Amino acid sequence: MSKKGNKVKYKPSPSDRLISIITYIVYTFFAFVCAYPFYYIFINSISANNLSERGKILFIPHGIHFNNYAQVLKIPDLFRALQVSVERTVVGTVLTVIIAGFLGYMFTRETLWKRKFWYRMVAATMYFNAGIIPWYITMRNLGLTNNFWGYIFPVAVQPFYVILCKTFVESVPKELQDAAEIDGAGTLRVFFSIILPVIKPILATVAIFAAVAQWNSFQDTLLLVTDTKLYTLQYTLYQYLNQASSLKALVNSSSSGVNLAASLAHAQTATSIRMTVTVVVVTPIILVYPIFQRFFTKGIMIGAVKG
Amino acid sequence: MKKFFSNKRKARSFREFLYITPFLLLVLIFSYYPLYGWFYAFFDYKPPKPISKDLFVGLKWFKSMVDTDVKVKQLLTVLRNTFAMSGLSLLFSWFPMIFAVFLNEIKCTPFKKIVQTVTTLPNFISWVLVYSIAYNVLNSTGVVNSLLMSLGIVDEPQLFLQSSSHIWFKMWLWLTWKNAGWSAIMYIAAITGIDEELNEAARVDGASRMQIIRHITIPSIMPTYFVLVMLSLANFLSNGMEQYFVFQNAFNKDAIQVLDLYVYNLAMGSGGYSLSTAISILKSVVSVILLCLTNRFSKMVRGEGFI
Repeated sequence: MSKKGNKVKYKPSPSDRLISIITYIVYTFFAFVCAYPFYYIFINSISANNLSERGKILFIPHGIHFNNYAQVLKIPDLFRALQVSVERTVVGTVLTVIIAGFLGYMFTRETLWKRKFWYRMVAATMYFNAGIIPWYITMRNLGLTNNFWGYIFPVAVQPFYVILCKTFVESVPKELQDAAEIDGAGTLRVFFSIILPVIKPILATVAIFAAVAQWNSFQDTLLLVTDTKLYTLQYTLYQYLNQASSLKALVNSSSSGVNLAASLAHAQTATSIRMTVTVVVVTPIILVYPIFQRFFTKGIMIGAVKG
Repeated sequence: MKKFFSNKRKARSFREFLYITPFLLLVLIFSYYPLYGWFYAFFDYKPPKPISKDLFVGLKWFKSMVDTDVKVKQLLTVLRNTFAMSGLSLLFSWFPMIFAVFLNEIKCTPFKKIVQTVTTLPNFISWVLVYSIAYNVLNSTGVVNSLLMSLGIVDEPQLFLQSSSHIWFKMWLWLTWKNAGWSAIMYIAAITGIDEELNEAARVDGASRMQIIRHITIPSIMPTYFVLVMLSLANFLSNGMEQYFVFQNAFNKDAIQVLDLYVYNLAMGSGGYSLSTAISILKSVVSVILLCLTNRFSKMVRGEGFI
């Protein structure tokens, strides 16, 4: 008997209908509250700067131009920050994904010496941390302050991702590995030619989680970095928001180069820089978000099962 | 050596261990090694001077937390803030569940999808970006002030961010703005798992939608809710510092400083490394106790823990 054939038609009562209407109104409101700020900042970043500065752009962009984006990327500090952010995201993600996949696989191998012990040692780190001060002192002793690798190494092994991969590898039929080993493939060979192609979906999930985490990371810059060359986009944005004076200096220096004939609408203002940088920082997230959405529900479900 | 590896299986087992040693080392260095930094709580540590035996001060820092009225007051303020923020989250922890329940009632799939997509997005942006959005929306020329003034509700721009009024509630609002949609996914997954026949049987018996929600949907997702409440109880003292750090300023500092932020401010702001380590040790101890208690309680109620 098909499930559809079973379906009972029922007539909604007036009270049910009222609930329906209220539900739609309330959820439209929630969606608006979540989406509108992004839209508001975006339309301001492309509107005439003299209007956006006075808070005149609320729902519809006026005097559309894309000058702000060209200007913002010309700010040397900001461009370097963008480079640092992209670099750490790429390097960090690649490393995290490789390690998660490989460790996930190794922890399923019963031949591994003291397998359970090592696995528990890695998994346990999810439940404690030394606190930021001891961590900071450790990083300083290791020479990882003001060092690009300070963004990478501490977060390279993520127990949660390792567990995700391990769970996934366990679901791969053991016969595949056994067959390859009878043919003479070693541990690494089995990983690269048998396991890796099969666990691609989970690696994609991990990659997106890791990339978003790297891109969003702020605290490590705050704690470890004083060298402006290593500032990330997140940190630079934070500075623009909190130090109005530095932003003002930036506005002055950028407007001095602009000839006077250039209209007020295109001259940089503190508001225009803030809004434009915000859009630049948020765009990568919005771009990967649709792919992300396909994966994360799955990720949560596997995570809930846990090892 | 050769004799030790006489057994081929043993040799392989050890070789596999060698493959994973670099990653185990990373875990040891960045997760376990910082724990030694807890020693600093028992010394009079002032960087960059290296630590030595004669700087040993025993429990001085632990005692100093409560040795003057000013310090006691400071600590109590911080604890009050921590309890208020965590308490508010706990008090409204049902919100994502209700959000999911009524979202599930919406029959128009595209609308449901859009709401879900849009409300989940804020979870993936960093706190710096959330702050940037708050800043752009709430500053004196932001959309909120523009609207309030043009509607004649206020005469002059309100400084929402530079004030400590209702700061706990505002922080909860931003936290909810960022997390509610994401938290709801867990419940939506749980609701999807409910046997459709149950709902249909209820409908045949003439149950209204509210009755179905009350007697079928909510009871079936209660276990999920219970686990999440237990987890947030276990993390009662750990609000994290990032949100409060980006939102803090001279005007709201007293009301926004939670334990994690206090530890950071104390060390990085005034160089109190040892004292702040002592505080974070106490925090860790209490957190572990909370975790054990909630885990045991969960075992009592549901028959299984969550660790």
